[in-house]
Amino acid sequence: MAAILSVRDLIKRYDDGFEALKGVTLDIEKGEILALLGPNGAGKTTLISTICGITEGTSGSVTVGGHDIVKGYRAARSMIGLVPQEINLEPFERVLNTVRFSRGLFGKPKNEAHIEKILRQLSLWDKKDNRIMELSGGMKRRVLIAKALSHEPEVLFLDEPTAGVDVELRKDMWEIVADLKSHGTTIILTTHYIEEAEAIADRIGVIAKGELLLVEEKQALMTRMGQKQLQIDLVEPVTDLPAALGTYDLEITDEGNSVLYTYDTRRERTGITALLAALAKQGMIMRDLQTRQSSLEDIFVGLVAEDAA
Amino acid sequence: MNWQAIRSIYTFEMARFFRTLTQSFISPVISTSLYFVVFGAAIGSRIQEVDGVSYGAFIVPGLIMLTVMTQAISNASFGIYFPKFMGTIYELLSAPVNFLEIVLGYVGAAATKALFIGVVILITSAFFVDLQIMHPFAMVAFLLLTCVSFSLFGFIIGIWAQNFEQLQLIPLLVVTPLVFLGGSFYSISMLPPIWQTVTLFNPVVYLISGFRWAFFGISDVPIGLSLLAIAAFSGLCLIAVWWIFKSGWRIRK
Repeated sequence: MAAILSVRDLIKRYDDGFEALKGVTLDIEKGEILALLGPNGAGKTTLISTICGITEGTSGSVTVGGHDIVKGYRAARSMIGLVPQEINLEPFERVLNTVRFSRGLFGKPKNEAHIEKILRQLSLWDKKDNRIMELSGGMKRRVLIAKALSHEPEVLFLDEPTAGVDVELRKDMWEIVADLKSHGTTIILTTHYIEEAEAIADRIGVIAKGELLLVEEKQALMTRMGQKQLQIDLVEPVTDLPAALGTYDLEITDEGNSVLYTYDTRRERTGITALLAALAKQGMIMRDLQTRQSSLEDIFVGLVAEDAA
Repeated sequence: MNWQAIRSIYTFEMARFFRTLTQSFISPVISTSLYFVVFGAAIGSRIQEVDGVSYGAFIVPGLIMLTVMTQAISNASFGIYFPKFMGTIYELLSAPVNFLEIVLGYVGAAATKALFIGVVILITSAFFVDLQIMHPFAMVAFLLLTCVSFSLFGFIIGIWAQNFEQLQLIPLLVVTPLVFLGGSFYSISMLPPIWQTVTLFNPVVYLISGFRWAFFGISDVPIGLSLLAIAAFSGLCLIAVWWIFKSGWRIRK
């Protein structure tokens, strides 16, 4: 599939010399959900702001649907919907009006049916005549999404859509994202909740200190980077490990009732067979075995720490 | 041109105005009436005609200008400052619109509001004094140009301002004195010669003089000069706004 969004060597340097983006290159395919993970200040919002035209990049290029964001800003921006991180809404305005305004601002002719559809989809229809200030935080965030969707964008940016949102609303948000994806919308979301990326993204990009450390299929990333642990429950508890097992990354847990073996799935040989043989040779009788895949969070923490080192 | 966007900004801004229609409408009517009571009736009764025009009628053009200028500035500066303050400006910046479209929307709305209030004052004045308008087309032209150019000026202030104090600073410290010293309530020929010369450096003098000419055919400075002054002021404001959007000054990080 062709890339709908293409970022090339994007650098953003502020006047004080601080580089918020250090040459980011990224392709996003039509219809996919990409999660950008990174700690605070990693450059996630700067990247989105630059693509959307809120800040100007220092060098590099970005195209959306083949349109350059500077030379072809009208065509490029028409394709983009942005849900900002902060709840930026005019408190005295009514829901329906602000959504209508957004549609018009993006140059789209009136389409009340479309606006009704979005408001219903986001459970905002019965609040359409309310003033923004009368809404709860979660509802306000939905209004921001409705505004972004009002002009039928093909690419939707969600900048930390679930920051400070309760669990229930977060699940709702994921459903909304899944629904949008099923309608063919390309979605780029930033988050620092790993479970969010794990739950909804197709691909995951990790960004730290202005650099894109990697972009990979979620599954591939988890397999590639994943460390696994094998827990071996013993019939007889042990206090010390025999010297013969010194070459394995082993740890005694559960008051000596089990042994934990950490191994890397990327290796050709995980060493499990040899370990089990060695254990048997030492006369340690196994009662049970279980393995655990490390979560995206572990991977993420590992990557960012590696980068900092 | 993204006409849809211009229309959206314009109607959105006008909706804000109509939400507060009573305040927008009543306050200028009351203040104008007060001016007429104080300057027109109380003081005016002791002043003879100025250049053959009764004092009450003489102050009408200046009074309209005074209100139109301050209204245009405050409407336009608030109109663009508010999105900046609330953070909603992100939407303008990420929309497929150029600077001209944004300006047309915001300045157009601010100018419309100022014009509306100007007309309200004109009508209010008619209840107090006999008014004649010798050059109606010139009157409308001056009024429109003033609404637009001062809305542009207000727009610049709104972008420049980084807090609510700054938003009030220029109107209070610069515009109000210039307007009051611009001959709203007197003919500059009433001033001592030295002050007449100083006054000629006040751009507002040219506007009020020209506007008064449209009413009564009398002016402090030649009408051509008045037109030139307002054209130059509009031009300067336009260039400033163009530069602001080109450089992203105080808008884009």
